Amino acid sequence: MDELLLRELAPAVTGVLVRRGADFATAEDAVQEALIQAALTWPDRPPADPKGWLVTVAWRKFLDARRAEVSRRGREQRAEAEPPPGPAQAADDTLQLFFLCAHPSLPPASAVALTLRAVGGLTTRQIAQAYLVPEATMAQRISRAKRTVGDVRFEEPGDLATVQRVLYLAAEAIRLTRQLASMTDDEETAGLLALMLLHHARRPARTRRDGSLVPLAEQDRSRWNTALIAEGVAVLQAALGRDRLGEFQAQAAIAALHADAPRAEETDWVQIVGWYDELLRLTGSPVVQLNRAIAIGEADGPVAGLAALAAVDPGLPRYTAASAYLHEKAGDLRTAARLYADAARSAPNLAERHYLTRQAARISQALRGSGPAAPAGAM
Amino acid sequence: MAKYLLLKHYRGAPEAVNPVPMDQWTPQEVEDHMQYMADFAARLESNGEWVDGQALSPEGTFVRYDGEGRPPVTDGPFAETKDLIAGWMVIDVDTYERALALAGELSAAPGAGGKPIHEWLELRPFLSAPPTVTE
Repeated sequence: MDELLLRELAPAVTGVLVRRGADFATAEDAVQEALIQAALTWPDRPPADPKGWLVTVAWRKFLDARRAEVSRRGREQRAEAEPPPGPAQAADDTLQLFFLCAHPSLPPASAVALTLRAVGGLTTRQIAQAYLVPEATMAQRISRAKRTVGDVRFEEPGDLATVQRVLYLAAEAIRLTRQLASMTDDEETAGLLALMLLHHARRPARTRRDGSLVPLAEQDRSRWNTALIAEGVAVLQAALGRDRLGEFQAQAAIAALHADAPRAEETDWVQIVGWYDELLRLTGSPVVQLNRAIAIGEADGPVAGLAALAAVDPGLPRYTAASAYLHEKAGDLRTAARLYADAARSAPNLAERHYLTRQAARISQALRGSGPAAPAGAM
Repeated sequence: MAKYLLLKHYRGAPEAVNPVPMDQWTPQEVEDHMQYMADFAARLESNGEWVDGQALSPEGTFVRYDGEGRPPVTDGPFAETKDLIAGWMVIDVDTYERALALAGELSAAPGAGGKPIHEWLELRPFLSAPPTVTE
């Protein structure tokens, strides 16, 4: 049992838990429990990845402790008062709700209204204003929509018609955001509109005929919608000119820089890194940190990218894939192949697993010298 | 008709004849394998023998009840577990022989070098509902 190793790892593991949202005291307790479990089990079964093992076990202990705390508090409260009437507390089922709101039995206008109300949390008055109809009309429309989907059961959440309806909502959402932006005088609403336009402009190039996703670097840029890009850039420039930066404006700026490059190799990554710095300052989000590390890899080279990645929580989804990508660019093919295979094993869906497996296969083939390595797809 | 479960193992099954792991194949071999699997499923669907097929993440958690008013206890991961299920397919076929034949076909999916993997699949019959008793 290597106590020195444990002492070294413990703070890093606590750091990972805190970055994932654990409060410090509970995180520390959880790590202590994980260390005790390590002391009991490692002598017989040493893990391949000690830090990964500790993070997994400590996070589980933290979740157990938090659920125990919630249920203890629940018992104390129940002792004081009768349970309040109404439905039981629901788990986070926003996506399910979204699918329900977009049900094909609803006319599009009602589907959007119900979505804004149930998922977006807007009031009936706000939705009525956005649709430019009287509040009573909108109230009627929403309650009719609720009755319609009231006895819909969800057998197939992936129902194609529903998904198409959800995609249709993207166009509706842009229309509504456009109205909202014209009615309000807010830079972030303009930033959101610019972001939606710039993303929507890439839609024709984003999927293959079999439905699989095309990475940004491999998209046929001649299929991007230039009118939407021009509008998005104009909206963004007007918003940025007022010098009140926010999250949506920064994201739109990154999307605009991608849209501005006629070819992937001509992307202005130095400017993109600058916007990621702003975005990180505004949000502190670990996902932004991960994307920023990849952008740094493009702007300053893979070694700088890997250095930036070292500060990111390794438990984050797609961390391993990002690390594999940067290792390949740095010329460390052996590590890249191993990491792609690791990433494929822990991929959250089959499309990603297949993509990552193919990446691992491509590099392994290059290592065996039976062919030149094709360029890696962008993350 | 009788339902059968075809189990694919990450670990725990006897070694395949062509056991080279997927990330060591060529990209074309990966494509060919995916195509074979998709064609197999499509054919079963069209002739009414397909019920379900899913792949599983290798990471899982053990959970058990811990008494009234207490949250369930979790445990794991158990790296030492010998058996690990990778995924399954459920088929609904006329005879046991048909189930064996389909499992054999699936096991012939191409792997490294474009040659069949000869993977060991576990075939488990579903316990059927009791027959309806009438007076």
